[in-house]
Amino acid sequence: MVSAAAILAATAAHSDTLTIATVNNGDMIRMQGYTDDFTAKTGHDVEWVTLEENVLRQRVTTDITTHGGAFDIMTIGMYETPIWGQNGWLVALDDLSEGYDADDILPAMRGGLSHDGTMYAAPFYGESSMIMYRTDLVEAAGMSMPDAPTWSEVAALARAMTDKDGEIYGICLRGKAGWGENMAFLTATSNAFGARWFDEDWKPQFDQPAWKETLSFYVDLMNDAGPPGASTNGFNENLSLFQQGKCGMWIDATVAASFVTNPNDSTVADKVGFALAPDTGLGPRGNWLWAWALGIPAGTQKEAAAKQFIEWATSKDYIELVAAKEGWANVPPGARTSLYENANYADVPFAKMTLDSILSADPNNPTVDPVPYVGVQFAAIPEFAGIASQVGQEFSAALAGQQSVDEALAKAQALTAEEMEAAGY
Amino acid sequence: MATQHSRYAARLMMAPAVILLLGWMLVPLSMTLLFSFKKYLPLRGGDLGWVGFDNYTRFVTSSAFWPSVLTTLIIVGGVLIITVVFGVLLAILLNQPMWGQGIVRILVIAPFFVMPTVSALVWKNMFMDPVNGLFAHIWKIFGLTPVEWLSQASIQSIIMIVSWQWLPFATLILLTAIQSLDSEQLEAAEMDGAPPLARFGFITLPHLGRALTIVILIQTIFLLSIFAEIFVTTGGAFGTRTLSYLIFQRVLESQNIGLGSAGGIYAVILANIIAIFLMRIVGKNLDA
Repeated sequence: MVSAAAILAATAAHSDTLTIATVNNGDMIRMQGYTDDFTAKTGHDVEWVTLEENVLRQRVTTDITTHGGAFDIMTIGMYETPIWGQNGWLVALDDLSEGYDADDILPAMRGGLSHDGTMYAAPFYGESSMIMYRTDLVEAAGMSMPDAPTWSEVAALARAMTDKDGEIYGICLRGKAGWGENMAFLTATSNAFGARWFDEDWKPQFDQPAWKETLSFYVDLMNDAGPPGASTNGFNENLSLFQQGKCGMWIDATVAASFVTNPNDSTVADKVGFALAPDTGLGPRGNWLWAWALGIPAGTQKEAAAKQFIEWATSKDYIELVAAKEGWANVPPGARTSLYENANYADVPFAKMTLDSILSADPNNPTVDPVPYVGVQFAAIPEFAGIASQVGQEFSAALAGQQSVDEALAKAQALTAEEMEAAGY
Repeated sequence: MATQHSRYAARLMMAPAVILLLGWMLVPLSMTLLFSFKKYLPLRGGDLGWVGFDNYTRFVTSSAFWPSVLTTLIIVGGVLIITVVFGVLLAILLNQPMWGQGIVRILVIAPFFVMPTVSALVWKNMFMDPVNGLFAHIWKIFGLTPVEWLSQASIQSIIMIVSWQWLPFATLILLTAIQSLDSEQLEAAEMDGAPPLARFGFITLPHLGRALTIVILIQTIFLLSIFAEIFVTTGGAFGTRTLSYLIFQRVLESQNIGLGSAGGIYAVILANIIAIFLMRIVGKNLDA
């Protein structure tokens, strides 16, 4: 009795309030609902700052570069983590408790969130991209979707499914400008066509045939089989279109699988099939690799409590907590090997395709030819976000028909060369 | 009459506010000026030393600079024309006695209280969406192909969204002015046989001169830094990148503080040139 009181008193004396910046997607919002479980276990309180993806990136980047100290934990991705880790801006997560089982984290995730072998952020969930398609429309078109299709098969199927008068669009793809929007999709797609951002001397490659082939293919396909206004559609817009039953297929984040198969949100929940992102026979597929992860900015006064939170949120126990309350389809996917060894999770329809997609993406060798950068749908250099946002605007304008593919590529080449030269490459 | 002592006391009491306000403006401005002469790349080691006018040269010679200035001016000009013309018309309309006048006035003013990000999202998703938007449905009723507003008519769409937000402000100021117009003067003109257009042109419009000046000046100052609506709707694509959006890209997306700061100084200079120009042209009204 005395010792219990003493423990409680000690916990209360050391209780901290953690300020956590996070992204406003379904899994993170769900985590906020379980904050009480963390507080009950550790005595620490949590204040959430929930932001839209682009805004979150800007807020946390500004905070960490100015050493603002506004947050004790930041939700960051595979792009930021190695760069910030290298700069010494993040606390190394190499001393997490044994029960946490850091070795259980999928190697692809751990690798992408590490610098020089040290993990600087723990994955809350991991994702790749894959095809989500309408099984009924494929059947109605008298065709079939292979598990590992080629881009030409996908394009033929998309065109066959399209019925613009009936508001059915064969394929919904990202077109909205942004390095994490259309450029994430297009960079991953370009890998399948053998394109790359830079050659080994860091020379931009938009003047090469592979990029022209990628962009022309994408613009033609979207003009024939995409929804109107595709050049302003990002993840959320396409999710909404797919859930309304207006897309024949959608190639996007694997994490969307649980949203499109949830009967509460999706009108086509029982008619969704999954396939690997397409290839062109050259080797790489057009799927990306990403993790939303939790990292601790160096200099925080609450490092110990922050580590406790990260261990709680990214642990096996948390996955089981969500599974018990909301079912296995709703647990954060793609982060832990044990999840995919779990017999209960194997029954989830998109589990296997998600894992196969994650395992098939290689950030060190993303495309056909060798590249000097790491990253599948981005190049992990500080300049990338700025350059890719501008390139994304040019590609978006090409999709909208405001300029030709050649003009967009010429502008992309010029502005990338200009920025890289200024950065000293 | 103030004595030497009371004047001294007044200055002393005002000093904290004045110092605070000056600091509020001068500290960021000085820092922007300082950074604009430095190579400052937070992701590449931070302050990498002085570079003279390199950032200024690079910013102004970038292919994005002049188009962004032009876009800024087109948006500001477009919104001004729409809000002033419709503001005058609405003010005259709202000044007429009508049933439920109070409620109508509140409804007209309401858009001004909506956050720019929220209004941009509502316009983008509920009105302008080419599949689910209200406009698309109206177009389809008439058998027309829906317009892809934000990509096919991007600048016009942004002008429309921003005008919707600022129209209440113009209407409110102009309505206040119109209410102070002497109705006997209008009646006298009417009795003398002046037609409605002449009464409007020779009496109402000159009377609104001062209010129009205020509307144009204040709106110009705010609209020069328009950002949220573009960020939410087009992300700067399709030729909607204004000067403030370009600065945002340089500072936050490219993490180049020096280059962005030089852009910030250009924006201050541009805003001042326009403000001086406006004061000269329309500000004369304020002396009366």
